[in-house]
Amino acid sequence: MTQAHPARGLLALPLRIFVKLGVLPFFLIAAMVIFAVLSPNFLTPQNLMNVARQSVYLVLVSLGQMLVLISGGFDLSVGTVIALSSVVSALVMTALAPVFPDAVWLVIALGALAGFAVALVVGAINGIGVALFDVSPFIMTLGVSSVGTGFALFLTGGVPVSGLPFAFGDTFGFGKVLGLPVPVAIALVAIAAMWLFMARTRAGARVYAVGGNIKAAHLSAINTRGVLILVYGLCALIAALTGLLLTARVESGEANLGGTIAMESIAACVIAGVSLRGGIGRVENVVLGAFFIILVQNGMNLAQISSYMQMVLIGLLLILAVIFDQLRYRLIVKG
Amino acid sequence: MTSPLLETRGLTKAYPGVLALNAVDFTLLPGEVHVLFGENGAGKSTMISLLAGANTPTEGEIRVRGVPVRFASVADAQAQGIYTVFQEFSLIPTMTVAQNMFLGHEPGPGPFLAPGEMRRRAAATLAELGFAIDPGATVARLSRAQQQMVEIAKAMQGALSVLILDEPTASLTDREVDQLFDVVKRLKAEGVGIVYISHRVHEFERIAERVTVLRDGARIGTAPMAEMSEEALVDMMAGREIRDIYPQIARTPGAVVLEVEGLAAPGVFDASFTLRRGEVLGVAGLVGSGKSRLFRAVMGLAPTLAGTVRFKGQDITRAPTRRVVKAGAWYLSPDRKHEGLILAETPFGNLRMDLMLDGGPVLSLAALRRRAAQIFGHVELPEAYRRRTVAKLSGGNQQKVLFGKAFGHDADLYIFDEPTVGVDMGTRAALYRLIAELAEAGKAVVVISSDLPEVMNLAHRALVLANGRITARLEREELSEDAILRHFFDGAEPGAATVAPELQGDLA
Repeated sequence: MTQAHPARGLLALPLRIFVKLGVLPFFLIAAMVIFAVLSPNFLTPQNLMNVARQSVYLVLVSLGQMLVLISGGFDLSVGTVIALSSVVSALVMTALAPVFPDAVWLVIALGALAGFAVALVVGAINGIGVALFDVSPFIMTLGVSSVGTGFALFLTGGVPVSGLPFAFGDTFGFGKVLGLPVPVAIALVAIAAMWLFMARTRAGARVYAVGGNIKAAHLSAINTRGVLILVYGLCALIAALTGLLLTARVESGEANLGGTIAMESIAACVIAGVSLRGGIGRVENVVLGAFFIILVQNGMNLAQISSYMQMVLIGLLLILAVIFDQLRYRLIVKG
Repeated sequence: MTSPLLETRGLTKAYPGVLALNAVDFTLLPGEVHVLFGENGAGKSTMISLLAGANTPTEGEIRVRGVPVRFASVADAQAQGIYTVFQEFSLIPTMTVAQNMFLGHEPGPGPFLAPGEMRRRAAATLAELGFAIDPGATVARLSRAQQQMVEIAKAMQGALSVLILDEPTASLTDREVDQLFDVVKRLKAEGVGIVYISHRVHEFERIAERVTVLRDGARIGTAPMAEMSEEALVDMMAGREIRDIYPQIARTPGAVVLEVEGLAAPGVFDASFTLRRGEVLGVAGLVGSGKSRLFRAVMGLAPTLAGTVRFKGQDITRAPTRRVVKAGAWYLSPDRKHEGLILAETPFGNLRMDLMLDGGPVLSLAALRRRAAQIFGHVELPEAYRRRTVAKLSGGNQQKVLFGKAFGHDADLYIFDEPTVGVDMGTRAALYRLIAELAEAGKAVVVISSDLPEVMNLAHRALVLANGRITARLEREELSEDAILRHFFDGAEPGAATVAPELQGDLA
């Protein structure tokens, strides 16, 4: 069925775009125009390529965050998972390197495995708390992020873990495959996989259903608790992947990686039209949303806006996006 | 004699303080439509929830084709071919029709979906059922009737052997009812057994083989439909006391208290009416007709888009709820769990706020407690329950607490929105007496209800709403079920997008 709204002159088309796509197209255009005016270097191919490379990490985390948001929750512990997986994988690698001096790839694989394993534990705790004990996702993941950060600092004493195998950083931090930086290639694969999961698998359909109306999903014979545990688990695994890529990039395990990424990933999702009420959201838009956040940060850097003011702006953008989301929801519901 | 598809023996469900279902025996044969009939709160909803697997019985057993079964979930019941179309739909509003129809058993290879096949099969099923619905449409944008059709189409996707329909015709037009009955007949011919719950007695003759009457959780009787008359059924349903539960309310109209003119709100268009002291105004209409929204707008609980509202001569259009309440209007929400009560508090804790509305800044706790005890005595809340948290009370006693709030301070206008949702017969009689008392004390009273007998027996005059408009104004002597129902579909635009569903009361 089509919108019953009468055309309102000049406003009709933007309004239709807003209802269909959300606020992102407007934000993107505004950012492009403003930063192109402020800095001549902004709209150059090198800079945009640069933005693409920098946005890999946020794109990945946002994909996991999107999963949780669509299920009707949210995950504040993604940054903690990044820190934990970074620290744990680095510790395992540095501990095993002297034991298997000739098997660098075995050491890297075991380190990565340890990073994913610890993420899985965090994700499972989040999922079990939310699904089985009905703890609100906000409190559950907030508490877990304190626990996780504490462990990460405790394990390292607050000091970065250095001495990782060179091959690790060379490959996953700075390597290239088919002419693409390895992190970008991995992100592309993850995006494709996530799109397939959300749009084309039964499990993906159930995530939408649980977020859309959990009672109805339950009555449709869907294992709603299982779905919730699954999304928190997957979100943590993707965050761990990001943590490993960042570790390779900085060539050490650090407990302070991913400090602001929880808020940035939620902002990326909401700006991209993922509903905080659950049930609504698209992979391709979320990728653009994360790209937009990095674009704004990059533009502000070029325009020499201080990083403190950047924090102010990102926070305001998040709030603005939520307000627009509310307006859009009203327009959708009222037809 | 064929063996039953579905059978219950001594099926019982107890909640703290209430026996919702009391040792009910029931059988359903293949190819039969078996009606469950009873008042609100008679145990129909509980019975359905047990058969559907949404709830587990306290005692008794369910047998499917002679084999005792235990349903731990809806999935268990569906695995036995038992599908339920609930009154509160189990659809995901953000998903499409096709996605909803296959929810929980999507077709496709391995873990993957086959969207093309899903759409094709959904379209085929909808076409077979004669429903003109686009399988790609988002469910939130469909009318309630269309959503109902999607629910039925959804049940048709599995290996169906028992179909439970809970008030399926409550929001359908006559033409849509005919369509539904064609589908029911086709399913009967295929040997599907159908449990049919409805209030509309005149429908039963058209489709039902047998009818079972429930009252206060117990089975009163089961009989072939051919041997039953409408009158006999209604008498069985209500017991002897039906005519006694409604009080005679003396009508002594006083000064005009409420004047609403040309009021528009989301889902309400151009509503005008007046209300006098000492008058009970009934308001009838389907869910989504705007009957509740109209008064929520008056109370400032929904935005007013146009028109004026005058209360005791004072303009309260767009006034915040706080001001409307202070001016002397009181609204009883249909959703006592979410809007009415603080569930974790005692009855006194719930009443305290209302008692404090009238006094000065400092109040004596002892005085408040005395006043509360007086009020709870008045609304007949048993002593034993006054110290428990409200969450642990039965629906009837919760409603008495809510009514207690109405007596907590002195108002001139009382708006009761679904005052007896999920309340047993005895409590209803008590609540009706309280409503009568208010009207006879010269208060203006509004009773908004989906329960037609309630509107017919309490109201001095009634408004009927359909599609957001007042479609009829009926005086006491014109009030009959037929007269009201006739206006339920006035001004219906087929296929028009509905507004979001109204708040649903607790029907547990």
